[in-house]
Amino acid sequence: MRHDHIISAKGLSRDGIVEVLDRAADIAADPSAWGDRHEGRLLGLCFFEPSTRTKMSFTAAIKRLGGDIVDMGPVDSSSVKKGESLADTVRVVEGYADALVLRHPSEGSARMASEFVDVPLINAGDGAGQHPTQTLLDLYTIRESAGLDDLTIGIMGDLKYGRTVHSLAHALTNFDVRQHFVSPESLRLPRSVRYDLHEEGAQIREHETLDPVLSELDVLYVTRIQRERFPDESEYRAVAGEYQIDAETLEDARDDLTVMHPLPRVDEIAYDVDATDHAAYFQQAQNGVPVRMALLDLLLGGDR
Amino acid sequence: MSDQELRVSKIRNGTVVDHIAAGQALNVLAILGIDADSGETVSVGMRVPSDRLGSKDIVKVEGRELSQDEVDVLSLIAPAATINIVREFDVVEKHRVERPTVVTGVLSCPNHNCITTEDEPVESRFDVLDDGIRCQYCETIVREDFADHIAVE
Repeated sequence: MRHDHIISAKGLSRDGIVEVLDRAADIAADPSAWGDRHEGRLLGLCFFEPSTRTKMSFTAAIKRLGGDIVDMGPVDSSSVKKGESLADTVRVVEGYADALVLRHPSEGSARMASEFVDVPLINAGDGAGQHPTQTLLDLYTIRESAGLDDLTIGIMGDLKYGRTVHSLAHALTNFDVRQHFVSPESLRLPRSVRYDLHEEGAQIREHETLDPVLSELDVLYVTRIQRERFPDESEYRAVAGEYQIDAETLEDARDDLTVMHPLPRVDEIAYDVDATDHAAYFQQAQNGVPVRMALLDLLLGGDR
Repeated sequence: MSDQELRVSKIRNGTVVDHIAAGQALNVLAILGIDADSGETVSVGMRVPSDRLGSKDIVKVEGRELSQDEVDVLSLIAPAATINIVREFDVVEKHRVERPTVVTGVLSCPNHNCITTEDEPVESRFDVLDDGIRCQYCETIVREDFADHIAVE
């Protein structure tokens, strides 16, 4: 893998993905063997939006490789508050770190920022755009549970604003995967993502309910429908209720169905699913560390 | 009605953008960055009868020869436009607009959450698709109404 920057799932090839996942599997098998691999290396964290999982797992990943972080901290206490541009911020922080991780509320922010820095820049979420490292850990989880070829996946929830969905859908076009998208009409995949999937010749179908496809699925990837996407509370409640699952819903599913979620969940997956063999979302979150270790190892020159 | 019969006079030196889709002349001026403050002498004909287009718009800019790069972006709103470079009342060059592969600046991204709409040191940049344009930053696709997205300073 020779990526300078990780901006979008579009930049991930099948070979590149497999290389990261294979290395992540090696790391997961014997994490302690990698503890001094990148001693003294620093990862710059620029999070312009709140993050728990992504930020903590990047921090854990670089520390488990022997490195450390330099953290911009919350926007409220940084120079961004004084009106500094993103371009200036990343140019400054690249002077302190060997690689940068950026989360920002604007679409295209990571691509723009990458044009201003020479160290590898990793997009950890740009608005409703892309979240490619989440995709890598999603792919790792899918490969572990169901395999990545001859796969049928259902992706359900907010497909319009869900950046993890946009990245995952594109990355899956590298594999032999049938994709079913389940959402309310108002939260369908955006035109740009449908365009890309069409260009890649992906096998996709769109549905408004889960029922017709549930029994075919190897993997069901659920995302949260956010209250702020709807004009009023009652409309939100009416729609969101259609896209929630519980243990009873899954009685119609295959026994080996894997249920995933990028987390945090609110009520779209009932707690009674946690105890079933279907639930993979906590393992999925945990996979963030070995997968991000693998990615950082490759970006920071793990082949040397 | 031939060009000679138009109510606007011939120009001595400059550029004539002809065969503009009817109604697009003001958008052509906007794309060329010509407004009330820009100083050029400009003649505009709108909805002029045309053998080829039925009716067309025409723009004459005096004292300025437009480059190919400047005019290629016009192809997005005026694909049939022809460019005539005039010196001493004679047309010395005549060419059609060519569809560019990338448009930098000029158009603004319609996605208000795109980083290029914020106060950052970056120009908008669009890939030109077969039937639209696509922001290189946020990847939003615009298929119609390009003129609505012309950047206004």
